Amino acid sequence: MDDPFILAGKEYQSRLIVGTGKYKDFAETKLAIEASGADIVTVAVRRVNITDPSKENLLDYIDPKQYTILPNTAGCYTAEDAIRTCRLAREAGVGKMVKLEVIGDDKTLFPDIPATLEAAKILVDEGFIVLPYIHDDPISCKKLEDMGCAAVMPLAAPIGSGLGIRNPYNIQIIREHAHVPVIVDAGVGTASDAAIALEMGCDAVLMNTAIAGAKDPILMAEAMQLGIQAGRKAFLAGRMPKKLYATASSPLQGLID
Amino acid sequence: MMIVLNGEERSCQDDWTLADLVEDLGLTKKRIAAEVNRDIIPREAYAQQRLQADDVIEIVNFVGGG
Repeated sequence: MDDPFILAGKEYQSRLIVGTGKYKDFAETKLAIEASGADIVTVAVRRVNITDPSKENLLDYIDPKQYTILPNTAGCYTAEDAIRTCRLAREAGVGKMVKLEVIGDDKTLFPDIPATLEAAKILVDEGFIVLPYIHDDPISCKKLEDMGCAAVMPLAAPIGSGLGIRNPYNIQIIREHAHVPVIVDAGVGTASDAAIALEMGCDAVLMNTAIAGAKDPILMAEAMQLGIQAGRKAFLAGRMPKKLYATASSPLQGLID
Repeated sequence: MMIVLNGEERSCQDDWTLADLVEDLGLTKKRIAAEVNRDIIPREAYAQQRLQADDVIEIVNFVGGG
């Protein structure tokens, strides 16, 4: 079945976007990403280790020719810092698509909405393809879409919490109104959470800890790929309506006396 | 002379450019980005960027993240 995920005019085969944080080592990162089937992988922008600058680099393991590298602005608490990080990321030569996150506080890691909107506007004007991490808030998502973001990325639950989609009705409203891809970002815990997001009509899911924090990250990466595929197919197939009472699946005619 | 590189003071030769510093760090072929005093320097301009005493330099790369 040909059902590409189209983001900013480009076709991707996978609807699973994965992070590269929290793995034991780069070798495990690489294996997990391969098992996930993801085409797009997120990375963070940080100072080069000056004490040992020749040390192995993440991109020695994740080939930017094979994967679309999506730099994030994790750890940024102001629009200014997030914009600075995006500019540096673009200069480092992995394209102009960025995952914008402007964090509001370090306990919830919830986004700072005004700062996210402010940064998104400037980045869009500078020609970035902006994928903003945002609350499961339809109004914020609408504003981000209107200012030219290439997708909206409402959270399922706090980053790294694994709680699953805590407010499916808001995600549904966001999906119904958005004209750009809706990517559920953060808070997914297991494969069924990913499947639910896709069943609801969301276009993709972005996750990191749900894979990296599993007992067997590589097996979980594969489970997530299957969950995403199952959810997408169920969405396209169109689920049966829910009913309160039973309807028999077997014919009533021909029953023996 | 002294410069501040990624938050730490270090010495470098008076006639160094940003390209010399990057080469000294073994980062010439790596995917990095650099700022001097908050201005991002395009890679093709590293060799023209003469370093001055007390320059504040940031060199970043990509690490694992979500």
